[in-house]
Amino acid sequence: MSKFNPKGGKKETPGITTASLPDIMFMLLFFFMVSTTLRQNELKITTKLPYATEITKLEKKSLVSYIFVGSPRKEYAASLGTESRIQLDDNFAVVNDIRGYIAGEWEKRDEADRPKMTVSLKADEKTKMGIINEIKTELRKAEALKINYSAKKRSVETRNN
Amino acid sequence: MARKKRKFPQIASASLADIAFLLIIFFIVSTTMDVDTGIYRLLPQWVDNVEAPKINKRNTFVVLINKNNDLQIGGRFAQISDIKDRLKEFILNPQDNPNLSEKKEEVIEGIGPFMRSQGIVSLQNDRGTDYGAYMQVQNELVRGINELRDEYAAQRFGMKMNKLSEAQQEAVKKAFPTAISEAEPQEIK
Repeated sequence: MSKFNPKGGKKETPGITTASLPDIMFMLLFFFMVSTTLRQNELKITTKLPYATEITKLEKKSLVSYIFVGSPRKEYAASLGTESRIQLDDNFAVVNDIRGYIAGEWEKRDEADRPKMTVSLKADEKTKMGIINEIKTELRKAEALKINYSAKKRSVETRNN
Repeated sequence: MARKKRKFPQIASASLADIAFLLIIFFIVSTTMDVDTGIYRLLPQWVDNVEAPKINKRNTFVVLINKNNDLQIGGRFAQISDIKDRLKEFILNPQDNPNLSEKKEEVIEGIGPFMRSQGIVSLQNDRGTDYGAYMQVQNELVRGINELRDEYAAQRFGMKMNKLSEAQQEAVKKAFPTAISEAEPQEIK
């Protein structure tokens, strides 16, 4: 068996070089920095978004304000029940708060960006349309007319299932 | 004045990997991967007590969803998969059927005279309709309109919609506008 080791001495396994480890780590780091976005809101409700095929990507996250609708998470369910609730920023809200919220979001943006402001409606698919319609009416009154019904991509093949 | 060159001690790079690793963990924890996607829609301006504009009955494509998420198109029960083709037929109206949408010749920049459909989709729902069902219908309506645009773009410009120039896309969008009216909810049996 010592064909390649004619001296027959003990072979020492060379140590794995760790010189390139930082480079690998940095590569991973850059990948994560580029491909992810910062988490913005701590959700107090659960939203299982509906699926759709004809969706477009939301451009310019800085121009988007979010309205979440869904049933409260387990830890809040005891005090709030399971009825659909609205969440603005990090707090529960009612329909009447929306106008103030939109006004605040409006103030936060540069003047040039204001017309491009979009409201993304992230609603659970089990939400009843009653609450959604109230939100839509409030948004119309607040003159936030550009909205986006948030939905997830569904492949075309499974459309009719 | 030449000073004796001093040898710098090498900076230890053994911990570099650990630092980078720490940063990675921070980024994994504090960021999300998901991209926000959805269906864009422009809401109509809010006007106090305004009368609904009179629209000829043949020009409305009424889609109803009741609280049990049943679907009706033009007064008859239908399936979600029907919507797209019914909508396309309604808008195109190739045989000038008097029950489907009316077409008027309009001059569209970049296309020229075009027989544009005057049809409007009226999407009505109950307060108890599920948002998921509503979104499915919305999606099918948008899909129908997108297919109309694609087909027209292929026929007129020989390319799919997303390959056209911006001006051409605008023209095609004018020819087939997203005319979806989302009415206030009604009590639908």
